[in-house]
Amino acid sequence: MGKSSTEALLICEHCDTVHRRQVLVRGDVARCVRCDAELERYHALSVNVMLALILTAMIVFIQANVWPIVTLGLSGQQSSTTLWGMILAMWREHAQIVSVLVAATLFFFPLMKMLLLGWLLWYARSGRRAPGFVRLMVLLHHLGPWTMSEVFVLGALVAIVKAHTYFDVTPDPGIYAYAALTLLITIFAGVDLRELWDDAPEAVA
Amino acid sequence: MSAMPRARELGLIACTVCGQVCRNVPGDERLDGDGVRDAMACPRCGSTLRRRKPDSYARCWALLIAAFIMYIPANVLPIMRTASLHDVDDNTIISGVVELWRAGSPNLAIIVFAASIVVPVLKFLALGTLLVTSRRGTDWARVQRAKLYRLVELVGYWSMLDVFVVALLTALVRFSVLSLVEPLPGVIFFGLTVVLTMLASMSFDPRLIWDGKERDD
Repeated sequence: MGKSSTEALLICEHCDTVHRRQVLVRGDVARCVRCDAELERYHALSVNVMLALILTAMIVFIQANVWPIVTLGLSGQQSSTTLWGMILAMWREHAQIVSVLVAATLFFFPLMKMLLLGWLLWYARSGRRAPGFVRLMVLLHHLGPWTMSEVFVLGALVAIVKAHTYFDVTPDPGIYAYAALTLLITIFAGVDLRELWDDAPEAVA
Repeated sequence: MSAMPRARELGLIACTVCGQVCRNVPGDERLDGDGVRDAMACPRCGSTLRRRKPDSYARCWALLIAAFIMYIPANVLPIMRTASLHDVDDNTIISGVVELWRAGSPNLAIIVFAASIVVPVLKFLALGTLLVTSRRGTDWARVQRAKLYRLVELVGYWSMLDVFVVALLTALVRFSVLSLVEPLPGVIFFGLTVVLTMLASMSFDPRLIWDGKERDD
């Protein structure tokens, strides 16, 4: 099939240049000689570590969604909200498109991403492909750019500063959960999930 | 053959979804992208293999122009209404930045300005430039143009910042008659602008930058 020869190759997604795959050691980043885009990066996270991080992210995600994010006070009255409070408020206020955008990018897509990764990594621990591996990996690829929790953290900060001029602002646990979630997302940002294709051998199922 | 062979010359195709390197029949123009369906599927993930993203120029232009049309009402119309006992105050994206600057947080004002104004404008200019120059096949500043594209991809989604700010304030500020925040149509147009520019930059194929005339290097 000539499989071994194509596996030794790496094609730059950004300019179509063909490279011979190099063995990377800690700290290495392989870059394209033509356009300088990143080809591959060494990462030290084992499957177990990644799974642990995903489980942590799930717990933090639940907290970030259940706990209120921030409380405002105005002459004795209090008002607080959660993520779903935001989504419902936008729907009520006739900004349904925004409501759907917020629900998708801050709730459904991040949740799907974590569940998918958890599922795939759980099986990858024992070197197996999870049921539905191929379809789920493709779905994971397409979800990639549409999760925006880290943008929301910055948005919440801006909203707090804006509200601070007129109201008493008390941060609630939800905002800390979101901060922790952002940290986890940042750790994961360096991981190339395509390696899961190589980790698990094909055609076992 | 040059020192840096490209997949097209070697009769190879990289799967854009899973990265798998696949062999194809050299010169089979059915795989060039435009108007082809299911010509060949990736043996590993089953996605359709194409040398270039399909109809990249047409799709990217269409989405970019649609985004620009949405961007006008997004900036002209107010995005948020703040109502209190004494007055009603409608904010546009720009006036929101100015207010944040005055309220004593110039740093945050700069971040919001960058996310809401600079990033969308950068996307329009950058993608427009990339589309025009790639179509002409010029070898002008190819490495820089490639980097510009990667920058657009990297920062694109941060523009959603203002949408989230409005959503959070709407949900929070509800003190019946004392103080209320409502979203106004501008924020819907702005949200659509961000989504459309993201789709536009995804439909552009950065490999087109390198197609065209080859300089000896």
